[in-house]
Amino acid sequence: MIGAINSALDVMLARDASVVVMGEDVGFFGGVFRATAGLQKRYGTHRIFDTPITECGIIGVAIGMGAYGLRPVPEIQFADYIYPALDQLVSEAARLRYRSAGEFTAPITVRSPFGGGIFGGQTHSQSPEGIFTHCSGLKTVIPSTPYDAKGLLIAAIEDNDPVIFFEPKRIYNGPFHGHYDRPATSWAGHPQAQVPTGHYRIALGKAAVVREGMDLTILCYGAMVHVVANTVAEMAIDAEIIDLRTLIPLDIATIEASVKKTGRCLIVHEATRTSGFGAELSALVQERCFYHLEAPVGRVTGFDTPYPYSLEWAYFPGPVRIRSAIEALFEDLRP
Amino acid sequence: MNPSSPLANRPALRLHVPEPPARPGEEASFADLAIPEAGAACQPASDAPPAEFRELAYALIRVLDDEGRAVGPWNPRLDPDRLRAMLRAMVLTRAFDDVMFRAQRQGKTSFYMKSLGEEAVSIGAAFALAGDDMLFPSYRQQGLLIARGWSIEDMMNQIYGNRADRLMGRQLPIMYSVKEASFFSISGNLATQFPQAVGWAMASAAKGDTRIAATWCGEGSTAEGDFHSACTFASVYRAPVILNVVNNQWAISAFSGFAGAEATTFAARGIGYGIASLRVDGNDALAVFAATQWAADRARTNHGPTLIEHFTYRAEGHSTSDDPGAYRSSAEARAWPLGDPVARLAQHLVAIGEWSEGQQAELERECAAQIRATQKAAEANGVFGHGFNQPFATMFEGVFEQMPWHLAEQQRQMLDEQKAAGL
Repeated sequence: MIGAINSALDVMLARDASVVVMGEDVGFFGGVFRATAGLQKRYGTHRIFDTPITECGIIGVAIGMGAYGLRPVPEIQFADYIYPALDQLVSEAARLRYRSAGEFTAPITVRSPFGGGIFGGQTHSQSPEGIFTHCSGLKTVIPSTPYDAKGLLIAAIEDNDPVIFFEPKRIYNGPFHGHYDRPATSWAGHPQAQVPTGHYRIALGKAAVVREGMDLTILCYGAMVHVVANTVAEMAIDAEIIDLRTLIPLDIATIEASVKKTGRCLIVHEATRTSGFGAELSALVQERCFYHLEAPVGRVTGFDTPYPYSLEWAYFPGPVRIRSAIEALFEDLRP
Repeated sequence: MNPSSPLANRPALRLHVPEPPARPGEEASFADLAIPEAGAACQPASDAPPAEFRELAYALIRVLDDEGRAVGPWNPRLDPDRLRAMLRAMVLTRAFDDVMFRAQRQGKTSFYMKSLGEEAVSIGAAFALAGDDMLFPSYRQQGLLIARGWSIEDMMNQIYGNRADRLMGRQLPIMYSVKEASFFSISGNLATQFPQAVGWAMASAAKGDTRIAATWCGEGSTAEGDFHSACTFASVYRAPVILNVVNNQWAISAFSGFAGAEATTFAARGIGYGIASLRVDGNDALAVFAATQWAADRARTNHGPTLIEHFTYRAEGHSTSDDPGAYRSSAEARAWPLGDPVARLAQHLVAIGEWSEGQQAELERECAAQIRATQKAAEANGVFGHGFNQPFATMFEGVFEQMPWHLAEQQRQMLDEQKAAGL
């Protein structure tokens, strides 16, 4: 997936002279996760450059560059570090088009690795997507495969609105099936690992039906898509798995059609539970599909604690939690 | 504490909480304020390394002396027509402020902020910059737009949030956005424009452009992280940007001591970043002009950013929403030792034989009449909250380039609500 992201940046830097890439360690070194490796050498220090360690400054400067007419792609090294930039994202980038009635826009794409499963502790593991989906004016995109990562990132960079692009770092090097105690798998051989070298786009706001099924609908995104798919395979249940890919704008039509077909819905994300994006999904499904539901909408999430370093796998919403939540959707709970 | 402890002799700590020199009802005096003579500050070459003139961050660059003469190395030697044009922009800004303040009191808008006493800060700078240099102002630089000759009726339409407001009634009054005049959208959140201005300037440099950027914040907002992020970026990349700090002594009710003024100057903030730093008499239009011109020359020749502290006084409340009589001595404005910027520039023109008291009175009458006529034209488009607002449906436009389904759904809901309410 790292290669796909690197390729997306490469393609856009070559196609569009207004694209610039900036962030901590992204220049000469090529990024702590290697997402920008080789790009500075190819495109020069005016277009790919290291920045001081101030996320507020990185995003503020990117907004100013966007106002000038550039198309900046700032990297925030870990999503956990994004909070100093919140005012610039939420009050500035997100509202610039609106408050200036279109005179100025912020066509920036903020890339940031997010999520846990890498023993990163509380400052290298968080999933803060719900903070951004709650604010009007930001798009939030989360890929789950190398193919999607490239197509979605190109679409995000070409988009004229600010996009928060969260990259699930647990699956940078291979899909994660949820069993932390088994050997890690690589992307080799995965059907979505083949990435064309050229330009292609995956439209923002379109979910992917990863697996069609009749028994229940599972809504998920990022690394959890793979954990869910594996658990469903282990349970031999006919679940329809929807990878949302874009949280804002959300593909409500695909969700609605699926839940009306299956009559059951489980929502899975790694982020903390309370006020998480799953709560919004749950409300939307309830509002739109209530009379088709055979069971209450279920949620599988991380717990409402800080991400615990040594107890990471007790926190992570893995196969055990997903399996029991699926089973609960088929219990007869009526008194 | 255990009295037998060997630490028992340590003195008790005390927390220092700053107090302004005068509170309501007290005499105001600025006797402790050191005001250097006009003309005393040296002028380094605009490409000199910042380390060679650090004293200018603690000095006060002044051109106009008490008799209205322009003196010293910073005298920009402007021709009388230029001086009169500056004076006119300042008088016009003051007349505009006056009428808009009253419009708020008359209920025609919800909010206004005057720049009384600070007109030279904006107008001196605007005259020294090129018309296409990009401005990232805070909320008290209306003088920039007026000096650039932007339509005052357009500004009033924004203040009224009426049907002719180009910003579609979406922003608090005075938070203008005028791309055509290279004037960035004013945020309302403090100092956020600082790193944005630096980013714009970096982009201009990266593209080999010739335009520079300038930005403004108050002394109170220098405490924001954005200010320090901006200084770091500006210094690291030698961005062609002018960072202006308008030290008007008060941030709503907090005097400058709460931003650190008891310990040092605001210009001195730049020294730690290795940024050229100047401290200027902000009530002296010629000093503001000269410092800005010097900083612009520096930026245009790739010698990097300049931080300018404009030492001035906010002669009115923060906005129409606060009563300055509740937190500071009402005698302060009169006691302010740097005088009134309009009177000082007029005095200079008189001193060089290019102006008279009669002409000044006539200019003030003429500007007031122009503003009144403009106000009448703007009010034909409606005032705030009197039914001449933007169409309801526009509330949902422009959040994104294309409206997503959830906003379209909420738009329908709101239109139904309006219909049900008979609107």
